[in-house]
Amino acid sequence: MSENGSGDSRFGPVAVGLATIVIVFAILEAMLRAGWINRFIVPLPSAVVASFGRVIAEENVLHRTLFTGAEALAAGVFVAIVGGALGVLLTRSRLLRLATEGWVAALAAAPLVLIYPLFLVLFGRNALTIIMIGFAAGLPPMILKTVEGLSGTRRVLIDVGRSFGLSSAQEFWKIRFPAALPTIFVGLRLGIMFALINIVGVEFLINFGGLGQLVNELAERYDLPAMYAAIVFVVLVSVAFFLATERIERWLATR
Amino acid sequence: MAGHALTAAPTGRSLASPVARVRTALIVVALLAWEALAASGLVVHDVVPSLGKIASALWSLVIGGVTGAVVGLVLGGNRFLSRAFEPYLHYLGPTPKIIFFPIMIMWFGVGGGSKIAMGALSCFFPVALSTAVGMRQIEPVLVRVGKSFRATTAQMVAKIYLPAIRPAMLTGLRLGLGVAVIGVLLAETKLSNRGLGYLVIQRYTTFDMPGMYALLIVVFLLAIVANALLTRWSGDSVR
Repeated sequence: MSENGSGDSRFGPVAVGLATIVIVFAILEAMLRAGWINRFIVPLPSAVVASFGRVIAEENVLHRTLFTGAEALAAGVFVAIVGGALGVLLTRSRLLRLATEGWVAALAAAPLVLIYPLFLVLFGRNALTIIMIGFAAGLPPMILKTVEGLSGTRRVLIDVGRSFGLSSAQEFWKIRFPAALPTIFVGLRLGIMFALINIVGVEFLINFGGLGQLVNELAERYDLPAMYAAIVFVVLVSVAFFLATERIERWLATR
Repeated sequence: MAGHALTAAPTGRSLASPVARVRTALIVVALLAWEALAASGLVVHDVVPSLGKIASALWSLVIGGVTGAVVGLVLGGNRFLSRAFEPYLHYLGPTPKIIFFPIMIMWFGVGGGSKIAMGALSCFFPVALSTAVGMRQIEPVLVRVGKSFRATTAQMVAKIYLPAIRPAMLTGLRLGLGVAVIGVLLAETKLSNRGLGYLVIQRYTTFDMPGMYALLIVVFLLAIVANALLTRWSGDSVR
């Protein structure tokens, strides 16, 4: 957050935002204690905070986070390899690109996660299904951004390469690929984000795997404070992931 | 292409209202025919679902869209509030909303209410964020014109802000509709006794593969049609 100067004007709104959240939760706590809201529906915010430790200690959160992370990583690797290769293919073949780019864009907007029952039939109720859904969800943005990056290389860079008599492979690895890297990374980041969202969602839906299953299990046990804590935890994990990839992307873009 | 659009635009516009009326009438007729077909029992039960079963997604779009637009207008119009609260929206936006479903069940019950809430929650974020961005991109001169005419806040919203941010808001609504449909249907596959999502997962549990494929195709066709309609609508408004 340490961007250029003017600390006070930045600090004010952030403080107001945080203070509002604290006040809202304090009011909620008061209303719950006064009995205006049913405690069996909404747990006390203080109980949620208190059950954080319990969730982390007893529910194997670290292991679950790693499990979900590994699924996202596997999906991400598939997305990078397959999406990258298809992106290169579409850049190379103009005909293929004209024929299929619209379809890929349509696929990016399609509610792919809804066909998870189909994946269950194909792969069974296991981690592979979850990885494959993440892969399917993350593939379109990777393809589209790879094509965008590779075909958007500045003409002058390619001309310089030609004047040095680079071969086609050399031109790709020395010029087109490095020039496209920031855009390709945007695609990879979007792809992994979509994969992660779908992976946690499907874990929750089919009650299998890491963080998504944790929420489902606690809900089925009717352990409300722990369930809320787990949801907050999942949100924090995805925010941390989002922030980290955003930083890398900014670093790549300004390099 | 551009020249064609320019010459075609005036004739299109003068015909717009009768064309729009015919289109609306056709859509209404098609929807009525659909409902009649679903009710008639001529086709396999539930493969052509009754309109009531897909209404949840529309309700979520209305609830999530309106709250999202209001929040977006407020955050986009006020720098301080935007700095205070927009980061939370920005970071909550890409979290998997389906994990909030147990909370929605607690609050709104296992019936249709929790599905609508799920869809509305999914829909809220894209609409709020793109409306806020749209508000910030309004040309200052438009706002100054409004102020120089001493427009009230309500007039500013109705005459200046809303028309100026229509493209951004429609983009948000289009994204919102997509995620609202996903939210509602996923929630229905998890815990429900009605709706398309429920039908899909029920076919899966009974291993009725042809039925499941048919329903998935219906789901996708609905999503595609809704998306195409909104794209067309937002495309028209940009021109």
